[in-house]
Amino acid sequence: MKNLSAFMIFLLLSAAGTALADNADPPESVVTEAAEELEVISAVDLEASDTPEDAGGSVNLTWQMETVGSDPDSLGVIRSGPEGEELITTLPEGTVMYIDQTVDNGTEYSYWIVSYSGGYVQASSEVAAAIPSAQWIYRGRIGMLIILSLMAGVIIYFIESGKKGKELFIREIAGLAAVDDAVGRATEMGKPVLYIPGIMDMDDIQTIASMVILGRVARKTAEYGSSLLVPTCRSVVMSVAQEVVKEGYIQVGRPDAYNKENIQYLTDDQFGYAAGVDGIMVREKPAAIFLLGTFYAESLILAETGRSVGAIQIAGTAMPSQIPFFVAACDYTLIGEELFAASAYLSREPKLLGSLKGQDAAKLFFMILIVIGVVSATIGDFWSPLKSVAEFLRRLVTVN
Amino acid sequence: MNWEILGIWLGAIVTLCLYSFLYRDNPFYKFVEHLFVGMSAGYWVIYNIENVLIPNWWQNMFPPEGGFNGIWIIPGVFALFMIARILPKTASLSRLSLGMIVGVGAGLNMVSFFQTNALAQVKGTIFSLASGGVWSIFSSLVLVVGVVSGLVYFFFSKAHTGVVGRTANVGITILMVAFGASFGYTIMARLSLLIGRFQFLLEDWLPTIPRLLGLGG
Repeated sequence: MKNLSAFMIFLLLSAAGTALADNADPPESVVTEAAEELEVISAVDLEASDTPEDAGGSVNLTWQMETVGSDPDSLGVIRSGPEGEELITTLPEGTVMYIDQTVDNGTEYSYWIVSYSGGYVQASSEVAAAIPSAQWIYRGRIGMLIILSLMAGVIIYFIESGKKGKELFIREIAGLAAVDDAVGRATEMGKPVLYIPGIMDMDDIQTIASMVILGRVARKTAEYGSSLLVPTCRSVVMSVAQEVVKEGYIQVGRPDAYNKENIQYLTDDQFGYAAGVDGIMVREKPAAIFLLGTFYAESLILAETGRSVGAIQIAGTAMPSQIPFFVAACDYTLIGEELFAASAYLSREPKLLGSLKGQDAAKLFFMILIVIGVVSATIGDFWSPLKSVAEFLRRLVTVN
Repeated sequence: MNWEILGIWLGAIVTLCLYSFLYRDNPFYKFVEHLFVGMSAGYWVIYNIENVLIPNWWQNMFPPEGGFNGIWIIPGVFALFMIARILPKTASLSRLSLGMIVGVGAGLNMVSFFQTNALAQVKGTIFSLASGGVWSIFSSLVLVVGVVSGLVYFFFSKAHTGVVGRTANVGITILMVAFGASFGYTIMARLSLLIGRFQFLLEDWLPTIPRLLGLGG
């Protein structure tokens, strides 16, 4: 028994000695092989959630990458849903988020991230699931909702005041007084009036404003018996212009003078339209030209040609880059918002005047906001409590 | 036939015909103008069918994978209302479509315009005037004074008299300076377009003349 115990101790010591000897002095080739066999890192802490405050059809995926191990060549996002299991995208290694926008609302989807190395899946994350859905409210725009509601309230107040007979004062807008003179001049000279409503469609706010002014010009031309030409760049604008001009002629009791053929569609092409209108200008030689609406690079071509035929030109646009050309080449220019104010000024309708007064109230509010904000921020550099006032005002007008 | 040379010659002839307008209206300009208007109108018809009607309406109503989506009949009906203008008796139906276009356009633009043209501008103007050097302070001051006085110019509820008038004058003066700078900048861009056209005529077109006459090249 004593011999057996001594033999067992000898065996144990021999085994321990061999192990110690291996750890203490490994061959170089063994170390290299061990480094190459480091495991490819996997995605961990995968979270799948419905994208908040959206119209649905979207799932957010976020994850972390393990810190120990070799980097994968790329990552794959696997989705399991009603259509089965599929690889929906491949991402570069190091990516830690993805938004799946190819899902249906109300359906549960499961996701997991796989790590590719050498063309094979080497590791996989755990599974996370989410059900996409749509939300009714986008909280990032609640501030805008409040400001717009207040503005709408002020506008409605002014409209109602106007309807009740309260006089809504609007200052004189240079150029608008010349509208009647321009039409009168054309009548005296026996030449037509040319109205160019810009090159954009009816979903453009400037074209809408232009149509209101066209109504006024149409009434004047009908009243004076002048011919009114309206070449348009969009077919829908042509249809609206025909309706507006027809309405204007009916209002002054001259429906017989309305000629549908004078309101033509030329082409949607910007410079094709410019070439066509230039041709009309040099052949018809209008005595008055109105360029009111949205214009781009064709503005100077049109305004210069109009000037060369000796027409009195009244232009207006809210395109900052085109206003200089109109200022240089036209007799009167409605700058920016004056174009929108013009429709109210000319029509004197309580709805439009009330809207303009409401916008003025908003401008006054913003002017006060800017002055208080700038003063607070400037003094805030020396007296910190005021800095927070400026920050508050900046947050107030921040909309995501 | 060398199609490349044909293309260069067509481009050059059309360019020269268009430039002939600088002298006066003439038959060459008239021909090219009508060609341009007609071709572009035809091009846009096909473009709208291929890129608007088919992908945005037809393929939504009849998806390529099969089936029928009835909701897309509604825009089709609105489109028919527009075509109804052809007949005087049904012309008034188009007002429904036009009202829809104008209403949706105004509603959608209201939010984006208000955000970019009002709120973002106000936010960008609230800053300290005291930061930076003397030039930076001066620039900031011009910006703030320009914005406020510009807003006063576009304030329509008050006549431009007295203090309001003087402030509005400052606003319109700053605007005119900005317009002048913009004018010069854009003219430079237009000149580069002109140079590009002359380069085409001188470097691409002119060298083809001796080649066509068999004088070398």
